Amino acid sequence: MSDARQGAIRARRGAAGFIRRSVFSRDHKVIGQQYYFLALFSVLAGMALSVLMRLHLAWPKARVPLLGGFSPAGAPNGVMTPEYYLSLMTIHGTLMIFFVLTIAPQNAFGNYFLPLQLGASEMAFPRLNRLSFWITLAALGVLLASFLVADGPPISGWTAYPPLSAVGSIAGPGEGSGQTLWIVSISLFCVASLFGAVNFIVTVLELRTEGMSLMRMPLTAWAWFVTAILTLLSFAVLLVAGVMLILDRTGHTSFFVPGGLIVSDRIIGHHGGSPLLWQHLFWFFGHPEVYIAILPGMGLVSHLLSTFSRKPVFGYRAMVYAIIAIGFLGFTVWGHHMFVSGMNPYSGFAFSLMTMAIAVPSAVKTFNWLGTLWGGKLRLTTAMLFALGFVSLFVSGGLSGIFLAQPPLDAQLHATYFVVGHFHLIMGVAAIFGVFAGTFFWFPKMFGRMMNETWGKIHFWITFVGVYATFLPMYFLGLEGDVRRYAELADKFLIPLIPLHRFISVAAFVTAGAQVIFVANLFWSLWRGPRAGPNPWQATTLEWTLPSPAPADDFAGRVPVVYHGAYEYGVPGAEADYVMQDAAGPYPAP
Amino acid sequence: MATLLAPPETEAPPIGPPGGGGHGDDPGRGGFGGGDFGDAGGEAPGWSPPPSIYLTGIWVALASVVMFFAAITSIVVVRSGMAAHWTRTAIPRILDLNTLVLVASSATLEVSRRALTARRGGTFAGFLWLTLALGAAFLAGQLEAWRELAARGVYLASNPSSSFFYLITAAHGIHLLGGIIALAYAALPAGAIRKGWKPRTAVDAAAVYWHFMDGLWIYLFLLMVTRL
Repeated sequence: MSDARQGAIRARRGAAGFIRRSVFSRDHKVIGQQYYFLALFSVLAGMALSVLMRLHLAWPKARVPLLGGFSPAGAPNGVMTPEYYLSLMTIHGTLMIFFVLTIAPQNAFGNYFLPLQLGASEMAFPRLNRLSFWITLAALGVLLASFLVADGPPISGWTAYPPLSAVGSIAGPGEGSGQTLWIVSISLFCVASLFGAVNFIVTVLELRTEGMSLMRMPLTAWAWFVTAILTLLSFAVLLVAGVMLILDRTGHTSFFVPGGLIVSDRIIGHHGGSPLLWQHLFWFFGHPEVYIAILPGMGLVSHLLSTFSRKPVFGYRAMVYAIIAIGFLGFTVWGHHMFVSGMNPYSGFAFSLMTMAIAVPSAVKTFNWLGTLWGGKLRLTTAMLFALGFVSLFVSGGLSGIFLAQPPLDAQLHATYFVVGHFHLIMGVAAIFGVFAGTFFWFPKMFGRMMNETWGKIHFWITFVGVYATFLPMYFLGLEGDVRRYAELADKFLIPLIPLHRFISVAAFVTAGAQVIFVANLFWSLWRGPRAGPNPWQATTLEWTLPSPAPADDFAGRVPVVYHGAYEYGVPGAEADYVMQDAAGPYPAP
Repeated sequence: MATLLAPPETEAPPIGPPGGGGHGDDPGRGGFGGGDFGDAGGEAPGWSPPPSIYLTGIWVALASVVMFFAAITSIVVVRSGMAAHWTRTAIPRILDLNTLVLVASSATLEVSRRALTARRGGTFAGFLWLTLALGAAFLAGQLEAWRELAARGVYLASNPSSSFFYLITAAHGIHLLGGIIALAYAALPAGAIRKGWKPRTAVDAAAVYWHFMDGLWIYLFLLMVTRL
């Protein structure tokens, strides 16, 4: 490394040490890593809450002394109250959907690798990037602060339906300041996400290096791009809803609260609002949000299946168009969350039709994934296993979506465990598998060391079997009419389901326990993992042309030139079985 | 938006060293000092983004603004169509004047931009400050409209119609305040501006935003007059 370059790196890192390198750093890689660890914290917290919830569902009288100490009102003598169960459920959903599934696949990996894959040395607006991280962190702080207020976190779930979320503490514990903190947190999160989305879109449009045409971009970059467009258009609508809910709660407006409403035997003073308006605004965001969580995973899985099959992506263009189609259709289906809200059956029919239309691009993707694998020289690394697991979960979680898309079936299945099983498999676990795959794949580039493959595979198999054991039985619970969000199974028709709930809880505990392996592997590898070379996976995209970990100044002022598409594996006549995107000159034609 | 697709797509793998056949020049890749608003400290040395990112960024951000106000529009249309608890809000007359002031500010901004193109620094700076003053006058006028409504006993929570009036004017006002800050950022060094792309980029990007806020206001004004 030349002196000039070292000097440049020092200048960039700054001499002022930790504060400047981390707190004020505008380096997209530092920000990406910070998002990653923010999501890691959130997912562990969210998982801990789910363990408590599963414990309560299976053994409602079980004592958790630690919980009693943490919240004497929510868990007197360590036994959770039904309301506290709902509080934990709300924070579990909010943490997982916003601070894990929205953050980790897009903001963590995207910030780190989008510029590198495009051959740029920064995101378009580094300061905006820094700002959006700090706002996200503030949003997380505000959300968790709801544990510290007198009556705890809100009990209204991650959808916070009015009118009960709008009328204050009369609606139950947590609906006072806890709910206010929740909606302020979500509004802040909206602002941060909008800033981030502008950054991603402009980076893709403007900062692609020479020769990096749109159709040469890795599918990961395509997925981040489309996801950012969804974020840009949907979070703006959630922000409006958030502001209006804040005004209803604190300014006594009546956007969402109807007149003559009686809560806890008292007439509410508001008049003239419509709770359905919230549902429309919320789900206009909420459905694209599902794709915000899953699209980056889809892009990464396409990328990994190709890399570890040593074959080009089957139908690259079809994959790009399918991502765009899924993104577009995602904006037309929000009503399928509201089939039982009393909507016009003709509207329901339209929403149902559009929802099932999403099966088409989804099937294109699944077919092309299988086509990519077909006849490939498979390398079953941990990252590849998680990518394969993603495909499996996407199918088994996605197919139940076709059931739920039919209004007559949804009338029966709505708000049952069938829905819980569906969205956990397809949105929750599949997207998390994408994050696991990304972690094992990109860890060498992010931290310069390899993760342990043996422990990775052990972690994969326990998790893979564990999540199916946890979420597949929920389909049966739902078909039996088991209603979600019940803290206890006390009704006559629910009592026979308790043994199945206990099985699910045990499966969930084992799966949660297996995550210790992952976390230990992650932190052990950070310091003790074997050193990684620049391109340990023999991949083709530009981030693998750099040393590991990626140097502070990325391409060191160089403008890489791209000559090839992103998936040139098994090229006839080439020296190796892959051709880097920036490999100069033609390879011999067959 | 043809510029968004630069650099042009090249299908056949070009042969030869960088800069050889097949690749057009990318005018954005000059040696500008880069980073947000031109401060290179902290970003990758020796590399800088093209100035076109600012204009693109504004257009992308405006797409989000459109969604924000489209959502409000849809709620206003739906809610005003429901008869229960709906008392129409008499829109304060001062909004007519405010609208004229905001339209005038767009005109003065254009005069300023043309003066920048013609390198007439004095006119450029003068009209930019005039635009800012008109923008501030508009916001003051909006506050006056609120005072007028409050004097009539029409408050934020009086009725869904009045809630929407305050919500829409406040949301637009906050967005316009962003425009004022952006224009001020462009105007502050105006006295020292001679030439170069950087102030030009800042002024152009802020101008797109400003004109958009102007057009948005006319739309919102019509929405409020017809629906609230």
